[in-house]
Amino acid sequence: MTRFLRLVGRDLRLALRQGSDASIAVMFFVLCVVLFPFGVGPEPNILARIAAGVIWVAALLASLLSLERLFQTDYEDGSLELLALSPVPLEAVVLAKTLAHWLVTGLPLIVAAPILAVLLNMDTAGFGTLVLTLAIGTPLLSLIGGIGAALTLGARRGGVLLSLLILPLYIPVLIFGAGAIDASLHGLTPRPHLLLLAGLLAAALPLAPWAGAAALRQAVE
Amino acid sequence: MPVFTGSELTCLRGDRLVFTGLDFRVAPGEALLLLGPNGSGKSSLLRMMAGLLKPFRGRLAWDGAPVPDDPDGHRAKIHYVGHLDAVKPVLTAAENLAFWAGLGGAADPRASALAALDRLGVPQIAGVPGRYLSAGQKRRLNLARVLAAPAPLWLLDEPSVALDRAAVALLEGIIAEHRAAGGMVAVSTHADIAMPGARELHLDDFTPVTGGNAFDDDAFGDGGIEGEDAA
Repeated sequence: MTRFLRLVGRDLRLALRQGSDASIAVMFFVLCVVLFPFGVGPEPNILARIAAGVIWVAALLASLLSLERLFQTDYEDGSLELLALSPVPLEAVVLAKTLAHWLVTGLPLIVAAPILAVLLNMDTAGFGTLVLTLAIGTPLLSLIGGIGAALTLGARRGGVLLSLLILPLYIPVLIFGAGAIDASLHGLTPRPHLLLLAGLLAAALPLAPWAGAAALRQAVE
Repeated sequence: MPVFTGSELTCLRGDRLVFTGLDFRVAPGEALLLLGPNGSGKSSLLRMMAGLLKPFRGRLAWDGAPVPDDPDGHRAKIHYVGHLDAVKPVLTAAENLAFWAGLGGAADPRASALAALDRLGVPQIAGVPGRYLSAGQKRRLNLARVLAAPAPLWLLDEPSVALDRAAVALLEGIIAEHRAAGGMVAVSTHADIAMPGARELHLDDFTPVTGGNAFDDDAFGDGGIEGEDAA
C-alpha cells in the first residue's frame, strides 16, 4: 500500500513540477465550453438546454488531451521498464498512474464545471447532479483512457490513434452523464443514470488496470 | 541463496533468430560476462533474464523452479540496468533514486539513496535536478539504484557506457563486494570491466548459422537489437 501511494505521490509531484499538464486540461475545458455561446448565439434558453451536453463533451475532450502523456514519458526514458520489473504488480502501477492522472486533470474539471454551468445559464436544479455525474464519470474517463494510452504506446501519432480508439468507448459515459443532468432539470430522478454510471465505474476499476497492464507488457517487450 | 539458470533459450526478434540453444547458470557469488558482436543478442538475453522479453523457447528457473510460476518473486530478486537511465528531469537525483529505492523495498529510501550516491562517488549531485546531470552522472545515478535497494541478481547492460575510468573502477569494486556477499551479476560489455573468475558467455556461439547470415549484414547486424530495445 505504501508503494502504491509512493507511485501516486511521484506522479503528482512530477505533474506539479511540470505544471503545464494539469492546467492545460482545465483551461481547455473552460475555453471549449466558452466557445459555444459564440457559435450558437447568446440566446439563454438555447444555452440552458444544451448546457449539460456541452459541459460533458468538453470534459471528455479535456480528459483525452492529457491521456497521451500518461505512460509516454515513462516509456521514453526507460522508467516504464523498471516499473514493470519492480516488485509492485503492473496492474497496481497502472491504477496508481490513472489515479494520479485523475487527481491532476479530472478533479479540476469538477471544480470548474459549476462555474461554466452558470455561464451557460443552466438551471440550478441540475448543479448537484452535474457535480455528482462528473465525480463518478471523470475517474471512468481516466480508467478507460488509460487502456487506450497503454495500447497506443510507441505508435506513431499515438495521440490521434488514441482519440479514435477511446472516444467511441466514452459514449456510454456521455449518455448517462448528460442524461442524469437532463433528468434532474426536468424534475425527474437522476438515480438510474447515476447507478448505471457507478456500475460502469465499478466494472472499470478492476478491468481497466488489468487490460492496461497487459498492453504495457507488450509495449516494453 | 538459489541458483539462477537458463536452458535451451531461443530468442526471436521479429523474424530473426538471434540465438538458440543457449544455456547459462549463475550461482551465488558468480558473475556472468556476456560477450559478442553488436546484434548477437546480449541485450536481448539480459531483458529475457529480467523477464521483459519472453523466451521464444527454453526456460529460466531459480533452483529448478520456473520463473513464470512466480513472476513477482522473480522481480523481487533482480535489478536491471538498461540503456535508458530513467532519470526524471524535474526531480533531483536523490528524489529520483529514493523513489526506486522505496519501490524496491528499502526501509528508509532517502537515506539509502544518499548512501548509494555516496558509494558511486557523486554525493554532490543529490540536490541537482535530473535535467542538469551529465550523461555520466545519469549513468552513475542509474547504477546507484542497484545499491539503494537490495536484490541478489544484478543484470547490467553495458554499464560502463559514459562512465569515466574512475567510475568503472568504482563499479568493479561494487560488483566484487556484491559477489563477496553472495550476490550474482550478469554483465554485457564491450569495454573491459574486471571481474575476476567471471564466467564468459560468447553469444555468437549460439547464433544460428543458417538464416542468420542473410540478415547479419549492416542493416540488422550493427546494433539492430539494441536499436529496437531503445526505441
